[in-house]
Amino acid sequence: MSLGPAEVAKIALLARLAIREQDAPAYARDLSAILELVARMNAADTAGVAPMAHPLDMAQRLRADEVSEPDQRERFQTIAPRVEAGLYLVPKVIE
Amino acid sequence: MHDQTIARLSAGLAAGEFSSEELTRVFLDRIERFNPGLNAFITVTEESALAQARAADQRRRRGEAGPLTGVPIAQKDIFCTDGVRTSCGSRMLDRFIAPYNATVVEKLNAAGAVMLGKTNMDEFAMGSSNETSFYGPVRNPWDLDAVPGGSSGGSAAAVAARLTPGATGTDTGGSIRQPAALCGITGIKPTYGRVSRWGMIAYASSLDQGGPMARTAEDCAWLLGTMAGFDPRDSTSADRPVPDYAAALDRPLEGLKIGLPEEYFGEGLDSAVARAVDAAIAEYRTLGAKILEVSLPNSRLAVPAYYVIAPAECSSNLARFDGVRYGHRCEQPKDLLDLYTRSRAEGFGAEVTRRILVGTFALSAGYYDAYYLKAQQIRRLISDDFQRAFEQVDLIAGPTSPTVAFNLGEKTDDPITMYLSDIYTIAVNLAGLPGLSLPVGFVGQRPAGLQLIGNYFAEDRLLNAAHRYQQATDWHARAPVAFA
Repeated sequence: MSLGPAEVAKIALLARLAIREQDAPAYARDLSAILELVARMNAADTAGVAPMAHPLDMAQRLRADEVSEPDQRERFQTIAPRVEAGLYLVPKVIE
Repeated sequence: MHDQTIARLSAGLAAGEFSSEELTRVFLDRIERFNPGLNAFITVTEESALAQARAADQRRRRGEAGPLTGVPIAQKDIFCTDGVRTSCGSRMLDRFIAPYNATVVEKLNAAGAVMLGKTNMDEFAMGSSNETSFYGPVRNPWDLDAVPGGSSGGSAAAVAARLTPGATGTDTGGSIRQPAALCGITGIKPTYGRVSRWGMIAYASSLDQGGPMARTAEDCAWLLGTMAGFDPRDSTSADRPVPDYAAALDRPLEGLKIGLPEEYFGEGLDSAVARAVDAAIAEYRTLGAKILEVSLPNSRLAVPAYYVIAPAECSSNLARFDGVRYGHRCEQPKDLLDLYTRSRAEGFGAEVTRRILVGTFALSAGYYDAYYLKAQQIRRLISDDFQRAFEQVDLIAGPTSPTVAFNLGEKTDDPITMYLSDIYTIAVNLAGLPGLSLPVGFVGQRPAGLQLIGNYFAEDRLLNAAHRYQQATDWHARAPVAFA
């Protein structure tokens, strides 16, 4: 499978990555090469093979729905780019 | 002191030959002297290291010291360290001061180990040469024109150059074993779930696993014994006891069955690396092991499947870096979309961007079955291959990497060539098995590594087999001349 710069731009938007227009052809070339490598998977017949999500086929362990962490909001917000009154600030979303 | 193993340093501390503070100063001095040329450390924590060393000395005076108390180590900069920058080799986290310790860090701290600093790495652990780091490449102590391997290249170079006697690493597709091989040290990637991933910045969660890197298997046994164990905070952590790895080291190898997969000795393997590996196999025969041929017929599918699964999981894991709660934020965002897209584009380097894009594409509507599902089915085939082999043999052996360390800049223009540097290590992560690399010779002045692969939770057997080899040979004791 080969991707062009326009497809790269579409994927980049899905991934929330601002790719400069002049970089898109290089990413298109690299992604196409990676997908070509990945296409070697098609040589394998996998009909009826159960997909493996976990190496040890373990199920996700669940815990009781109880509060286990103390409130550390202030501590965690000291590393935030912008906060005010305990809230994370982002550009206005609703006009 | 700097040329001693952890086992020897621990004995010296116990005997009162030197204090942890003296020992820590020796390594801090070496870091100051050699790190500018190697770039193995991103952050050196001199003050807290000396404080930890003094605390370790006091603990020893109280009679409460354990084997690692007062022993200096380095942490890969992927492990969160409370109050210390945890960059993951990325501009995204250049100013990120972690607000908590990873479980691995907690465990080593509790054992009294002294953290010298945080080691350089490929950005978000994505790379095989350490050249994707925002902080610049690490140089290989054996040859400064060569890469140290990656992604745990800073840890490998620091251990090889005697800037620290041991370090932590993480391995998603070979990131402990390949740099260990390229820098002539010993490193083990444990079974998936053996070491907690809590506080270890996620790349590909179904593959990531932390482990130790040191000069000898014995030192790795000591470190792993401390790092491993069940952690309720990691939902994929294995709930089973940690054996005494150090106690199992001396077990004789008579009757040990080692399998050589024909697929690991074919096209692409450098003939000089093959000779070093063959000589190591011959040594194992001398030590009493029985050598058998095995087959892992789906090996060639491992790299293709990995480059679906790892990017897919990374695209999901790295979605958290959005410029809102922590990490890099762009200047003057005009709206929320602009904030996300520019913060991420500025924060991530080219290789991370490539993998996020590949993963996003593979998981996008209409492509799931053709890519992610197919890759997971291949993962099953690869795992089944290993299980069939382990019906015949106890361990599998082969080269860790198809070549010795390559030159800086040699593969940076071609991602695919770089990816193939992990051709023998990736399948082990896909299957979730433990794998170890140990030094077995040189090609010119660059080290070659042997990879030993075990069945699930056979870390004790891997360390035992590596230790017996190291008792009979001295490759692991060689030091790069400039750092001896």
